[in-house]
Amino acid sequence: MSSTAVARFTGTPFVRKKERLQAVARWSFFSMAILMVILLLAIIGYLVYHAAPSLSWEFLVDVPRRGMREGGIWPALVGTIYLVFISLAIAAPIGVLAAIYLNEYAKDNWLNRLINLAVINLAGVPSIVHALFGLGAFVYAAKLGYSVLSASLTLAIMTLPVIIASTREALSSVPMPFREACWNVGATRWQTIKAVVLPNSISGILTGVILQVSRAAGETAPIMFTGAVFYKAVKRGDFFPYQLTDQCMALSMHLYTVTTQVPDVKESISYATAVVLLGVVLMVNAGAITLRIWMRNRKKW
Amino acid sequence: MTTQQTTISVSDLRVSYGSKEVIHGISFDIFRNEIFSVIGPAQSGKTSLLRCLNRTIDFSPHARMSGTITVDGQNVGTMRNVFDLRRKIGMVAPLPVGLPLSIYDNVAFAPRCAGLTHKSDLDALVEKCLTQAALWEEVKDRLNSLGTALSGGQQQRLTIARALSHQPDILCLDEFSIAIDPVTTMRIEDVLQELKNEMTIILVTNLTQQARRLASRTMFLYNGDLVEVDTNEVIFSNTPAKRETYDYINGLFG
Repeated sequence: MSSTAVARFTGTPFVRKKERLQAVARWSFFSMAILMVILLLAIIGYLVYHAAPSLSWEFLVDVPRRGMREGGIWPALVGTIYLVFISLAIAAPIGVLAAIYLNEYAKDNWLNRLINLAVINLAGVPSIVHALFGLGAFVYAAKLGYSVLSASLTLAIMTLPVIIASTREALSSVPMPFREACWNVGATRWQTIKAVVLPNSISGILTGVILQVSRAAGETAPIMFTGAVFYKAVKRGDFFPYQLTDQCMALSMHLYTVTTQVPDVKESISYATAVVLLGVVLMVNAGAITLRIWMRNRKKW
Repeated sequence: MTTQQTTISVSDLRVSYGSKEVIHGISFDIFRNEIFSVIGPAQSGKTSLLRCLNRTIDFSPHARMSGTITVDGQNVGTMRNVFDLRRKIGMVAPLPVGLPLSIYDNVAFAPRCAGLTHKSDLDALVEKCLTQAALWEEVKDRLNSLGTALSGGQQQRLTIARALSHQPDILCLDEFSIAIDPVTTMRIEDVLQELKNEMTIILVTNLTQQARRLASRTMFLYNGDLVEVDTNEVIFSNTPAKRETYDYINGLFG
């Protein structure tokens, strides 16, 4: 067997080195990816383990008793749902419409570049700054007082730029030739958007909006400054305990108070509150994923 | 043949994107019911020319156009109702773009945009356009399936049907055959020969033989300059007016 003929298909030191390198790269990337899953499971597992003594259906629907040392978290849960839905009801239409303008209509001039810059910077403003702005603008200047409405508006301002960014992302994923084909047959921009662009980006748009639920639900600072309170007397299981002008309780705020402000609270109550908050967020995320899969299957190219 | 009526007249057309001028002042006329082909290598401004014709150049940021184009005597550049202009001009893009709608809706899209809503009218129009584009027989049983699910050649005929759906006077085809097989190309070429009786056809093509087969007159663009425009007898003869034309057509270029 001549050595030159064989050498062509057997591992040379160079080939073996490439293979080793490839294996190292693959496993290091894989371990980083799996680390994320482990972390998430660790967090959930840790929380649920500590929350177990308090977790029950009663905990969800009951009101806090004995200065929050017993009872449930119903007012906070409803408050969070209120804040999230009202803030998204405000932010989503404005954000989506603004994004459609920016992505579909806006020409590349100084005004629109300024708008883009504003959106990007608004997204980067820390939530505590939004909180202070909400306090000044909605609570005092607009005289809405400490209320569900002020808090929702503040959350809306906070989520707006992110909704705009994600909506633009979804819109620009619709290929340009589709639009050109429509324009070529004499369709206006709006006819194009209605017939082709929106039907094919709606799943992305909705996903972006829904993911903001978790952000709005989790923020503490903005609502603490503008409308969330320590305690509010609410009837057990009451679905509409708050007026727009009332102050409300919220899960994130409640978690903060039971953990740091009230003495002698059972440890499991804080953990159970955290589990409920996390559960709400994860449920919404699961909903977003389901919606995306469902819409994606109806997508047409 | 009766005297030829000018339907499109272009004079001193210049197009620039930003500071880069891509068409350097070209002038020519296109006659009614002829097939007019535009040949030339890449980057010679063929597509930009078509986009000026139906004003879709407006959608490109930083594009500027000067000079005048008249379509049936009306100045395109100052026209208010560009949507009617675009309906007057059917446009077929190089790559087939089936809109992500059903086959029926693909063809009915333009008439609907123009305000036609009667189901029976639309049905008749859809059938007529698909028949004209030589696609009706293949898709008549599945008009509600997706246009994007068709094969490449079928999609290209679908885009032709769509371009015909707004009953244009002028049909522009921009390198329509680059994504489809020779057999389908020949079928579409037959279609074009028939359509010639009803409308003016502008054929932008990379295939000089296609221009030779189909067109009555041919224009050679090179780097945004008009080299030569003449009847096919002259352009494809051994003695066109310009040496470059002969070289390009016979593959001696560069």
